[in-house]
Amino acid sequence: MLYKSFVDSFSDYIIDRNEDKCILCRICERQCSYEAHGFDKKNSVMTKQDHKCICCRRCEAMCPTGAISIRENPSQFKRNSNWTASHRKNIYKQAETGGILLVGMGNPTGKQPTYFDRMLLDASQVTNPSIDPLREPMELRTYLGRKPDRLEFEEKDGRVSLKTKLTPQLKLEYPIMFSAMSYGAINYNVHVGMARASQKMGIYYNTGEGGLHKSLYPYGANTIVQVASGRFGVNAEYLNVAGGIEIKIGQGAKPGIGGHLPGEKVNEEVSRTRMIPAGTDALSPAPHHDIYSIEDLRQLIYALKEATDYKNPVSVKIAAVHNSAAIASGIVRAGADILTLDGYRGGTGAAPLVTRNNVGIPIELALASVDQRLRDEGIRNHVSIVVGGGIRSSADVVKAIALGADAVYIGTATLVSVGCTLCRMCFTGKCPWGIATNDQSLSKRINPDIAEEKLSNLIRGWGLEIKEIIGGMGLNALESMRGSRHRLRGVGLSESELDILGIAPAGK
Amino acid sequence: MKRVYPVEDYCMGCGLCEVACATEHSKSKDIVKAYKEEAVTPRNFVERKEYLSYSINCRHCEEPSCIEACITGAVDFDEDGRVLIDQARCVACWSCIMACPFGVIKRDTVNNVSTKCDQCVERETPACVQACPNRALIYEER
Ligand code: SF4
Ligand code: SF4
Ligand code: SF4
Repeated sequence: MLYKSFVDSFSDYIIDRNEDKCILCRICERQCSYEAHGFDKKNSVMTKQDHKCICCRRCEAMCPTGAISIRENPSQFKRNSNWTASHRKNIYKQAETGGILLVGMGNPTGKQPTYFDRMLLDASQVTNPSIDPLREPMELRTYLGRKPDRLEFEEKDGRVSLKTKLTPQLKLEYPIMFSAMSYGAINYNVHVGMARASQKMGIYYNTGEGGLHKSLYPYGANTIVQVASGRFGVNAEYLNVAGGIEIKIGQGAKPGIGGHLPGEKVNEEVSRTRMIPAGTDALSPAPHHDIYSIEDLRQLIYALKEATDYKNPVSVKIAAVHNSAAIASGIVRAGADILTLDGYRGGTGAAPLVTRNNVGIPIELALASVDQRLRDEGIRNHVSIVVGGGIRSSADVVKAIALGADAVYIGTATLVSVGCTLCRMCFTGKCPWGIATNDQSLSKRINPDIAEEKLSNLIRGWGLEIKEIIGGMGLNALESMRGSRHRLRGVGLSESELDILGIAPAGK
Repeated sequence: MKRVYPVEDYCMGCGLCEVACATEHSKSKDIVKAYKEEAVTPRNFVERKEYLSYSINCRHCEEPSCIEACITGAVDFDEDGRVLIDQARCVACWSCIMACPFGVIKRDTVNNVSTKCDQCVERETPACVQACPNRALIYEER
């Protein structure tokens, strides 16, 4: 308690060090950016301060002798399922600071159902036999962009050619992209890893709203650049060097509010890329101040298309909210080529806790209702749908595609693949895994060569699994499964949930 | 000749390379015993200043000052060009330590002899290189 507040005195975690194994190498002390470990030179013993530990498990991973275990503190508040410990702690904190509680990463409470876990996939038996992806070719290639209503051909000298003019498309070898995480929120080394892995795997990564570092222009063909309300780093070259453009209206983790990059994270390079002074907070406004209607959105979409000579597809990203379906219809009519939906379980570098845990709707429901609405209106082919905010595995990818998505964005999974343990303290800028930090001593912990390998491996691994699953359904192309909701069955869902998802209950 | 090169940009100064070195050069080859019972001196050094860090060990020079300085002829090349100390002949005069321009020879205070990197003669990849979790040590010919 001494020199600490009450709330800091309630340690969430306990650092358990096995003294028999500890060789006093002090690696844990150097690796912990929260200064939870120390060294008592005089007595030649390691020290610890449990209350400082945020459970990132970096020290545990790095200790050469396996001497450390980080444990949840079993000492808990008196049990009360209505007034949970976190409700009480949040109030203690706010009573002290009088401020908004900030959090990082997606909603961890698990209080709302994860519909992906309540849906099961189909497989072929006897009729329409399954296909073995090891023996037969399988196609995961995906094109994102507006598709024509009909195709016209012409014949000349016995040769048939396409008469219809196609609009620009993004060509993906896997239906997965690294989602928008800005340079600044995560550091340069992670961006280099994503850019190189995207090029290697034939997919795209999204810059997020922080601009694109000049050294990454050579990867432009595999980059989607974002134009958000703060317009950070947006210029003609930025738009033209990219393969695609995304207008960010909203983010699943914090619908209705803009981005916030604290000044401490704005170093020289970030400042140059964002085109803002170093050390200043990069606050993007909640709305785009030039968009108050679908007509305004149309103007921006076409301004961006003009600026890039109509060679780049334009995506519009919105958070999944109550009336996403109607909004989506407007976005498609405004001329978007890609519609990105971000669900409420999506991650973030920093968001108010109250927003993250309470605003928005699950991606599965938003996706199903948007896809259905666009079909009903006969404009589904005018747009490709990309979903993010809750994709944790290749199974989630397949289920999302069966529900109607064309491709998915992965953000949290991307970071986990390079080491993130979801300690959810991204907003402090002290990420012990060297990801959500621009601190020079911490960002070095990501070696882009290793990041590139891990990210590529993840995409390859998921790709193989997707092939196994669709092969099991008797399909040899992902395209054939897109929007096939009859290959999904719900378990433990209500009538209305099944109805919105457009799927039958298992057993039916 | 292959040498161990540090990659300053990605060295995070953790010191696992030192632990690997000490363990590799222990009798038990057990980390805990190497430190607690044998008190093995690691033969590499992690230099740290603010955010900068890198791990340095013997450069295995082509014209080594330590060989010239050694009064008993304990330091010499092996057939592959590595510079090695024959500790049986070391009389602890520390001439080599004073002569080394990189400061990478240490006193092994337990056995009272000079000690330095031997590139883990028996291993294909030196222990420090294999141990570095961030590929900040590279073993290659340059
Ligand atoms: S990293 Fe492990 S062995 Fe080293 S000082 Fe910490 S607890 Fe001890
Ligand atoms: S904050 Fe992370 S590195 Fe520090 S003691 Fe806790 S788990 Fe270990
Ligand atoms: S193990 Fe690698 S990162 Fe750690 S100090 Fe040694 S060289 Fe640097």
